[in-house]
Amino acid sequence: MTNCHDDTAATADLTQARRIALVGSPNAGKTSLFNQLTGLRAKTGNYPGVTVGRSVGVLSVGAAQVAIEDLPGTYSLDPISPDEQVVADALAGALPGVDRPDAVVLVADATTLRRSITLVGQVLRLDLPAVLVLTMTDELPARRGSIDLDALAIALGVPVVAVIANRGVGIEALRTLLGSPDIWSRPAVLPPPEADALDAWGTSVLAAAEYAAPQPDLRTGRIDAVILHPIWGLAVFFAVMFVFFQVIFTVAAPLQDRIAAGLDWLGSQVDGHLGGTVLGGVLGDGVIGGVGTVLQFLPQIILLFLMIALLENVGYMSRAAFLMDRVMARTGLEGRAFVAMLSSFACAVPGIMATRTLPSSRDRIATVISAPLMTCSARLPVYTLLVGLLVEPQRRWWGLSAQGVTMFLLYLGGGTAALLAAALFKSTILRSDLLPFTMELPPYRFPSPTAILVAIWDAAKIFLRKAGTVILATSLVLWILMNLPTRGAETAQLSPPEAAAYVLDHSYAAGIGRAIEPVFAPMGFDWRTNIALVGSLSAREVFVSTLGQVSAATNPSSPHQALVAMTDDHGQRVFTAPTVIALMVYFMFALQCMSTVAVMRRETNSWRWPAFAFGYMFVLAWVAAVAARAIASGVGA
Amino acid sequence: MLADLAPGQQATITGAASHAPPAVASRLRQLGFRATARVEVIRRAPLGDPTIYRVLDTELCLRRREAELIEIRR
Repeated sequence: MTNCHDDTAATADLTQARRIALVGSPNAGKTSLFNQLTGLRAKTGNYPGVTVGRSVGVLSVGAAQVAIEDLPGTYSLDPISPDEQVVADALAGALPGVDRPDAVVLVADATTLRRSITLVGQVLRLDLPAVLVLTMTDELPARRGSIDLDALAIALGVPVVAVIANRGVGIEALRTLLGSPDIWSRPAVLPPPEADALDAWGTSVLAAAEYAAPQPDLRTGRIDAVILHPIWGLAVFFAVMFVFFQVIFTVAAPLQDRIAAGLDWLGSQVDGHLGGTVLGGVLGDGVIGGVGTVLQFLPQIILLFLMIALLENVGYMSRAAFLMDRVMARTGLEGRAFVAMLSSFACAVPGIMATRTLPSSRDRIATVISAPLMTCSARLPVYTLLVGLLVEPQRRWWGLSAQGVTMFLLYLGGGTAALLAAALFKSTILRSDLLPFTMELPPYRFPSPTAILVAIWDAAKIFLRKAGTVILATSLVLWILMNLPTRGAETAQLSPPEAAAYVLDHSYAAGIGRAIEPVFAPMGFDWRTNIALVGSLSAREVFVSTLGQVSAATNPSSPHQALVAMTDDHGQRVFTAPTVIALMVYFMFALQCMSTVAVMRRETNSWRWPAFAFGYMFVLAWVAAVAARAIASGVGA
Repeated sequence: MLADLAPGQQATITGAASHAPPAVASRLRQLGFRATARVEVIRRAPLGDPTIYRVLDTELCLRRREAELIEIRR
């Protein structure tokens, strides 16, 4: 539903505008050209019904406006993947809700023209007004290649513009040209349709343009000798991943804390002015708390996309994927899925967003629905509390801290489960033998600051607009469930911790907690534990403070003592060792995070996959937790 | 076939194996692994797979499974 807004927003002021589509193979420099032409005004979304990203931007030429559509990269108009199908359909006017473009801008890398000339021929056969933009025209002579652009334009029959996208060279000439597609020259004879004849056409066009192919890039060869070396290459890889991971954890965490502190202060100000009323609570805790949950993801997302864009633009990302492909192949995925999986150790939200680098949409979905099993940082406070309840701090196993070993096992369990789940999905419902694994290793290049800024901006914007609203709404609903109805009269005589416990014990959430007790009782969870589970849907770490509240702990953020003493309605201790173990297992597997669900919805363009992921993870968590509790009770833990 | 070449060796591609799935054969063709094209093996990954090839002025990596579908003449 959210995507319709985009389409209408992008086209509302442009109903009269010309529509021009950018077509080119992956790595041709199409996206950086698009950014140069449209700046930060691009609308991003998905094509209707598919997991294929869409960007539409606006270009002003004098008084006229031109809508520019950045089609996915494709090697051919004979589609193999869903992305390529979108390109073929869009150019044929066969996509519902997407008009056939009025003209086409073909983008080709001047250094790989011998390969992409076939795509140029296929697009010219569509008989739409077309212009060919050659990128990397500075690199071609630097690597001792050459081309006669005027002769190329004559041989093709369409205008040719040379561009160096990241330095803005040639952009103005192209912009002027885009204002008047009607006067572009058109080929007298269209290229032939058959593959062999088209290859021969390409060869003759390049011969007419006196094209000399470039020499291999020596600098890239020398760098690769180290970066892809069996020993040094792996050392560099692990160093890069270590820094990558450290930055997300150590740089993002203080920023997140600062955002949290700022919003806490704001919330207390609001609450202070509206003094204990329901409105004060809704605004101070519900709304501002929800905004806080959303904003706390931003430092992670910005840093993650900064690093991904940097590594991608330099050319390292494909090298990392090359090194890791063999490992990832065992799960049925490919090297490029590694970064998304690794990022999910910090948080599944940016991890899922990082799957956009995967060309196969089946791989993308398999990664999206497996990555949340990775042990994210929000599980850490929950595990810390539960490990503390299970094992004494002084206890040692084989000379190691028993708490440390338990924590390690929890991390290991999550990571293993994620890879096994991916392997299972890739060999069953998301099987794809259709697309072979192929990946280009482009020459190393200096990154373009614009490209990096745009990547970060797009990621942040998509997260705030598409996922942020769902997260905010969920937080608000959960706040209402846990704090209403009000119990002003009943709690007047109670101390603050007792009052908080009383309100929660008689809230709507408590009703839910009791209602779902039959489902959760086999794991040993009583209705008050269930309230904390409901609350933790807004963010897993909320489990700790909610348990603190239900147990009327004097310091709800560290409820260890209160929980040890907590008893159920029959006077039995709630947090026995088997129940604590069941809780750990439950949190290891369950998709107890609505933010992740919202981002899944956004990235897969449907509720189907998030619903499936939530369902299978709940079943997995329930079965594993019940089994773990039975085994733990059996061995007398 | 292409998978038999060692790093540093060159060959001319003669076409896709007859048992290659059509979608795979056409993707390989689109990437430049087509008859008459020259191909050079650049290097293998540390774990033995995939392998980087240079064909039509680009460097690409293929897994062994796909490289076995490309027929060559030395």
